[in-house]
Amino acid sequence: MKLVLLTLGAVLVASSALADDAGIPLKLKNHRFTPAEIHVKANVPNLIVMSNEDATAEEFDSTSLKVEKVVAGNSSGNVRIRPLAPGRYPFMGEYHSDTAQGVVVAE
Amino acid sequence: MLASLLIVFREVIEAGLIVGIVLAATKGVARRSLWVAYGVGGGVLGACLVAGFAGEIEQLFQGSGQELFNASILLLAVVMLTWHNVWMAGHGRQMAREMRQVGAEVAAGERTLTALSIVVGVAVLREGSEVVLFLYGIASQPGTTTASLLTGGALGLAAGAAMSALMYYGLLAIPAHKLFRVTSGLITLLAAGMAAQAVLFLQQAGYLEVLTGTVWNTSWLLAEDSLVGRLLHTLIGYSDAPNGAQLVAYGAVIVAIVLLMRWEQGRQARLKAAAAPAPVAAE
Repeated sequence: MKLVLLTLGAVLVASSALADDAGIPLKLKNHRFTPAEIHVKANVPNLIVMSNEDATAEEFDSTSLKVEKVVAGNSSGNVRIRPLAPGRYPFMGEYHSDTAQGVVVAE
Repeated sequence: MLASLLIVFREVIEAGLIVGIVLAATKGVARRSLWVAYGVGGGVLGACLVAGFAGEIEQLFQGSGQELFNASILLLAVVMLTWHNVWMAGHGRQMAREMRQVGAEVAAGERTLTALSIVVGVAVLREGSEVVLFLYGIASQPGTTTASLLTGGALGLAAGAAMSALMYYGLLAIPAHKLFRVTSGLITLLAAGMAAQAVLFLQQAGYLEVLTGTVWNTSWLLAEDSLVGRLLHTLIGYSDAPNGAQLVAYGAVIVAIVLLMRWEQGRQARLKAAAAPAPVAAE
């Protein structure tokens, strides 16, 4: 119960803090992410705007971030990141995971 | 080849398991294969459409179209699974008895097949659109590895189908009189897991920003992206780091389904008692 209340508290604090409206840009080209390391503020929601400059679709996929998002070729998509505890959260482009790798660093 | 096999397999595993469960849950119902085939066919068609219009769907609702679409079809599946379970609660026993006595296919239960057909369609559509995008991406890039990647994809699909068969025959090993109880339980958990997944999509769309904090983290014990983690994610909605709203949705769906099943069971029993004042057949 205590855990639940603590979580609730954390949520309320987190949602009162406003997210960066513009979003953090993330570019995918030749199946590589730039920047490959994204720094975000911990404990607030964040928005990553991923622009896919390849001709084919890619899926932004991260188990630790709990995000699965398909971004069509030559288009862009919003990736909402929930409030994160400080730490490193790897992500990948699922269709080209040998090159499309990145990490979100919450601090 | 192995990489594309694994990607495709990972995507089709969920649909494969759901088809297996649906086939087992409808054992003995006339024309169920046809309805499942409708579901798969419709799902594949839908997957191609969704893949083709991925960019357009994404632009809807201020860039949250994809998440809202996923959440909607998942919630549709939850409603259909609930409907099936509630219907079975009222008629399942009778169906099991008919199956044992006559050994023939049961004509009843076709109504609930529509619901399960939709569930199969939704499962195939969701995972299938990602497979289509992935394979299309490979096919559109000329290269020496394309053929081997496509072979891997085909093998991945086959492995997903095998998963379906494994689930089905595994469930059939359960004695007939217990089968419906087991599949009802599985379907309840399946629905609860889908509801939790839908909540996640709504949160990603920015529409449900309550209780988003992670309640516990069991990734050290069983990572969600491991094979077992994925299987459990599909079957019982396992998440290695669920948030509060997801847990609420999960619990609420289980409670709702159980209550509705009890209510329908009672209603059918009262109807039967009113129609035939002196029933002889023992349950």
